[in-house]
Amino acid sequence: MKTDYRPVVLAASVVLLLAMAVASLCVGAQALAPAGVWRALTGSGGGDAYLIVREVRVPRTILGICVGAALGTAGTLVQTLTRNPLAEPGILGVTAGAGFAINVGGVLGLAGGQPAQLALASLGAVLAAVLVYALGSAAPLRLVLTGVALSAVLSGISLGLRLMLPDVFDRFRFWSVGSLAGQEQAPLALPAGTIAVALLCAALVTRPLNALMLGDEVARALGGHVLRTRVSVLVIVTLLAGAATAAAGPIAFLGLMVPHLARRVAGGSIPWLMAFTMVLGPVLLLASDIGARVLLPTGEVPVAVVTAFAGAPVLIWAVRRRGAVPA
Amino acid sequence: MSGFLVLRAGAYSLRAGRRTLVVSLALLLAALGLAVLGLCVGTSWTPPREVLAALAGYGDEVVVVREWRLPRVAAALVFGAALGLAGAVFQNLTRNALGSPDVVGLDAGSYTGALFAITVLGGTSAQLALSSIAGGLAAAGAVYALSLRSGLNGMRLVVIGIAVNAMLTALNSWIVLRAELEVAMAATGWSAGSLNGVDWDELVLPFAVVAALAGALAALSPGLRQAALGDELAVTSGVRLNRLRLLLVLAGVGCTATVTAVAGPIVFIALAAPQIGRLLTGAAGVPLAPAALSGAVLLLAADLAAQLLLAPVALPVGVVTTVIGGCYLIGLLVRRTRRNA
Repeated sequence: MKTDYRPVVLAASVVLLLAMAVASLCVGAQALAPAGVWRALTGSGGGDAYLIVREVRVPRTILGICVGAALGTAGTLVQTLTRNPLAEPGILGVTAGAGFAINVGGVLGLAGGQPAQLALASLGAVLAAVLVYALGSAAPLRLVLTGVALSAVLSGISLGLRLMLPDVFDRFRFWSVGSLAGQEQAPLALPAGTIAVALLCAALVTRPLNALMLGDEVARALGGHVLRTRVSVLVIVTLLAGAATAAAGPIAFLGLMVPHLARRVAGGSIPWLMAFTMVLGPVLLLASDIGARVLLPTGEVPVAVVTAFAGAPVLIWAVRRRGAVPA
Repeated sequence: MSGFLVLRAGAYSLRAGRRTLVVSLALLLAALGLAVLGLCVGTSWTPPREVLAALAGYGDEVVVVREWRLPRVAAALVFGAALGLAGAVFQNLTRNALGSPDVVGLDAGSYTGALFAITVLGGTSAQLALSSIAGGLAAAGAVYALSLRSGLNGMRLVVIGIAVNAMLTALNSWIVLRAELEVAMAATGWSAGSLNGVDWDELVLPFAVVAALAGALAALSPGLRQAALGDELAVTSGVRLNRLRLLLVLAGVGCTATVTAVAGPIVFIALAAPQIGRLLTGAAGVPLAPAALSGAVLLLAADLAAQLLLAPVALPVGVVTTVIGGCYLIGLLVRRTRRNA
């Protein structure tokens, strides 16, 4: 029997995640040496570095880790559940639905507090997911098209609403394109807590999901509850995508890239796939966020731009693989 | 052959279905009606009688109507027709109602070229036109090359096009963010596709190009109709397929790129117009003339809606076409799903 390298690879991925987190603390408009970051973290240093690290970069890095894990896991769950290698909350319009709900809530004066935004985002995500799935579940490629069309409609209406009420939407400006910037001052407890709970549920659902991969009949014969598993996966995906979107805006393609990458190292096992996803999602989002900070000499690119540029080739690759996707 | 009308002039003849003629005439009338309405609408309402007088050169509103509103209305008509033509060409080539230039990323490619011309080259109108055509062709080439293995037909090409579109859109927003502030301001107003503030000076060249391309497409259309019957049949009946396809792609990209260079990427007109024209005429393929007329009517209506919806704020017309076109695309998918079920 072949040696199982997966624990080693997983450990290496965790080390990579730590390295990315450190890099994310060091890189930015004001580059800091790791030693300076360490001094600021332990509280012995003072001055600018202390403020930058403690007030801006640490919250941003934590948010990046949470959102990356949430989007990656949501992507893996959707791909596994629909048996569609092209599925992803961003492409399927689930994040666009969450963003649209928050925009509409803003117009109606409902999106005041964080809990309200989270609730709205989850509601929008559910509606979009159900609608897209009802229309496009006939074939993988059609599901993608339906999601793209729905995203276009929803983001067009959102843009119209933002133009109509410029003052209300000034604070949504960065958020609406998908960015981790400008979110540093928002309290992290609620989005991070929601994502953590949902990730825990995702870990719990891996075993029933593993059985479901064998087909509905086999899963039932093995004692699994097919409907219950499906519904709970849908709820988890909605929570993850909704919370991530409420915190960082619509970020597409991350949930597409991560499962494809994770599947290469995880093989066919769903629990391993989930573990790799939860580590590699944050790695990719932090890397994209660091790229977003250095790609412009002045200011920043929204991180969603970086993930789209890096993730779209994955979509092309997945579509081109012969036999992977029935048309 | 009572359903057809044949016009002959020497060696040339034109055969048109009666229904096609009636529909085309109706579309033309609708376009004219909307055009008059478009000339009436603005910061203040001008009654139609005064508009007609102003067009003839009388009255107080001559400058407002002829110099401010007429360019916008004319641009909506001509560009709408150009987009409809481009959509019909590509939907014919890919034999897929979804294979239109805006869905598969040609608009985004043209826009990349235009942005390159503005930010790097300096942005004269010739540079703008040439580099947006080059950008559109490059995008078309990329999508074609990437989907070669799976064939030109089918959903795979469309999804590859969507991915290329996403990459190019990301690239475009990066270029806009990188650019100097003034350039960025101009380019952002234009990135959603907008006819706000067009004037005659910048329209002369694009109108000439669109007219030339429309003429070329009219000359190519008999071959296009033969090609729709299938490759073998077309070749046997004397159509040089490869040359025809190359010319068609060039003309289609030319139409898209010309519009994009002036008005930015106005999406979904090219997707919806040809199919609307086809449904109205009940034609077998995707005919060009009804597509062009539907495109003109659609873009003009969308532009009017963009001006009127949020009255003091003039929305970019691209926002309106995105919403309308996205709904249309969903409807198209629903119908296909039903038919398959």
